[in-house]
Amino acid sequence: MSKAVNRTAVNRTAGYGRLWALAALLLAVFLASFFLGRYGVSLSPGQFLGLMAEGLQRALTALVNLVGRPFGFATDRLFTVPVTWFPVMETIVFNIRMPRIIMACLVGCCLASAGACYQGVFQNPMAAPDLLGASTGACFGAALAILQGRSSFAITLYAFFFSLLTVLLVFVIGQRAPGRKTVNLILAGIMVSSLFSAGTSYIKLVADPGSKLPEITYWLMGSLSGTRGVDLRFALLPMALGLIPMMLIRWRLNLLTLGEEEARALGVNTALLRLIVVVCSTLITAAAVSVSGLIGWVGLVIPHLCRRYVGNDYRKLLPASMLFGAAFLLLVDNISRNLLAVEIPIGILTAFIGAPFFIYLMNQKGGGV
Amino acid sequence: MNPMIEAKNVRFSYGKNEVLHGVDFTAGEGQLIAVLGPNGAGKSTLFRCLLGLYRSYRGSITIAGREGKSLSPREMAALVAYIPQTHTPTFHYTVLEMVLMGTTHQVRGLQSPGERELGIAREALAQVGIAGMERRSYGQLSGGEQQLVLIARALAQQTRLLIMDEPTSSLDYGNQLRVMQRVKTLARQGYTILLSSHNPQQALLFADRILALHDGVICADGTPEEVISPALLEKLYHIKTRLAEAEEGRLIVPMLKEDADVPLE
Repeated sequence: MSKAVNRTAVNRTAGYGRLWALAALLLAVFLASFFLGRYGVSLSPGQFLGLMAEGLQRALTALVNLVGRPFGFATDRLFTVPVTWFPVMETIVFNIRMPRIIMACLVGCCLASAGACYQGVFQNPMAAPDLLGASTGACFGAALAILQGRSSFAITLYAFFFSLLTVLLVFVIGQRAPGRKTVNLILAGIMVSSLFSAGTSYIKLVADPGSKLPEITYWLMGSLSGTRGVDLRFALLPMALGLIPMMLIRWRLNLLTLGEEEARALGVNTALLRLIVVVCSTLITAAAVSVSGLIGWVGLVIPHLCRRYVGNDYRKLLPASMLFGAAFLLLVDNISRNLLAVEIPIGILTAFIGAPFFIYLMNQKGGGV
Repeated sequence: MNPMIEAKNVRFSYGKNEVLHGVDFTAGEGQLIAVLGPNGAGKSTLFRCLLGLYRSYRGSITIAGREGKSLSPREMAALVAYIPQTHTPTFHYTVLEMVLMGTTHQVRGLQSPGERELGIAREALAQVGIAGMERRSYGQLSGGEQQLVLIARALAQQTRLLIMDEPTSSLDYGNQLRVMQRVKTLARQGYTILLSSHNPQQALLFADRILALHDGVICADGTPEEVISPALLEKLYHIKTRLAEAEEGRLIVPMLKEDADVPLE
């Protein structure tokens, strides 16, 4: 009996210890990111801690006000942090670095978990978040908005809605065709994607080569520069709407990887579950791509790394992908804004790092993806 | 007491092509029933109808007294467990994770399996004698071991009815017999087991009852001794045989022509 209890304890802690390790990694990269940047702000440890405490205070105050508002409760600040920093530091940390750092974490988290989910739903280790055209749709939307000379927030909105529209189209086409649903979806994804990328090419052709074409091209490369609080607030809701249900159904995702018939015989309503997962994955992919542009490889490579580290069970795989995706993209974003005098678009860097790494992974002993 | 399965005049077509032309049978408790039939006779289709994977059949199927078509996947999973042929899954899970999946229909709402389900899974592993394998990767097991894991997963569903799709088709000779012995033991413990087989000798050795499916109808139903005859085997498989009586049981001896240049069917 005691042996059995012990085994249970071991089973519980085994993979979960590794999740804590990933969380610690993310925290470390997160804190370190504040010290990196092109404005030479040399923060002392005291100032940094003070700013972090102030940041925490602002976040908590916002949260309390949000919850308290219906009850007529509001406060300016929950507690006071002694000011040890200069105003310029506050501006840089809260208005420039903080939004970008949080956005890098969120985008990485979303792309990696969407990739992990798509791989499960389509029983395909090569599936990535752009499988159903979410990215190409977003690119088309963004290019269109830039062509029309819209504001930067409108570009994000266009990208988001065209991304959703593309996947909706793919889903409708895939459901109507006879035969295996998952295969149909993938095929429909390829077709509709190529339509939209042709559309994007056309927009590039007619765009003003002096001003708009470079902007479109730059957007397509993917970048987190210029992330502002407003982008963050826009992306947060769809991301939460996608990530939370995903976390709740993550055990059942395991059964989807076994295939339609087996999953149903084990008591899963596969059609409903697949729909939920695709909707959630699409929401978070659309939100991520619309604020960041095309960032490839994260959605493919990070889930695979996590599969090796914590196993294929989504109870551990999904949180691991979220944590590691966030840490990875934040790290790459730090490189992108500090490596050269000119910022390198992050989409280029992820491919430079992702592709060779994937080749290495493929050739590893006991490998195969 | 309701029979575990009651199928009445079950008809099923793929498009215009009718595959089952009215199948009738009932299965009682604790029986090991082998379904024999050539390729294309409709065995897999029948099983899919029984499992509720196909719902557009005509006629009626009741499982433990409940109308099959009215059951949700979750209710169905609480009544029937399906054991597919072994296959290589896309992503490899550990043996314990695989078996734990059998408990999914018992997990309420959106939760993940907890302590109780873990206990059920471990018990199922012990029941088929592979308790020591729980940490191993399913993908790295032998075919026979994989089949045992799938059986354990079905036991973790805690149903009284098991449906197996050619459980021994990809196994070597020794594993075929060992797996069938385990299956027989389960039937003695009270499980009702319906399995499809391409091996009449195996059915003769292990089954309590044989259903012979030919061209979408059941053409013979009874104990192996009653049903297995050279005439039936010729009808199903177009092979001439004779039966030899040995001390341990009846043997099927195929009678092949010397220069058999017989085309495959």
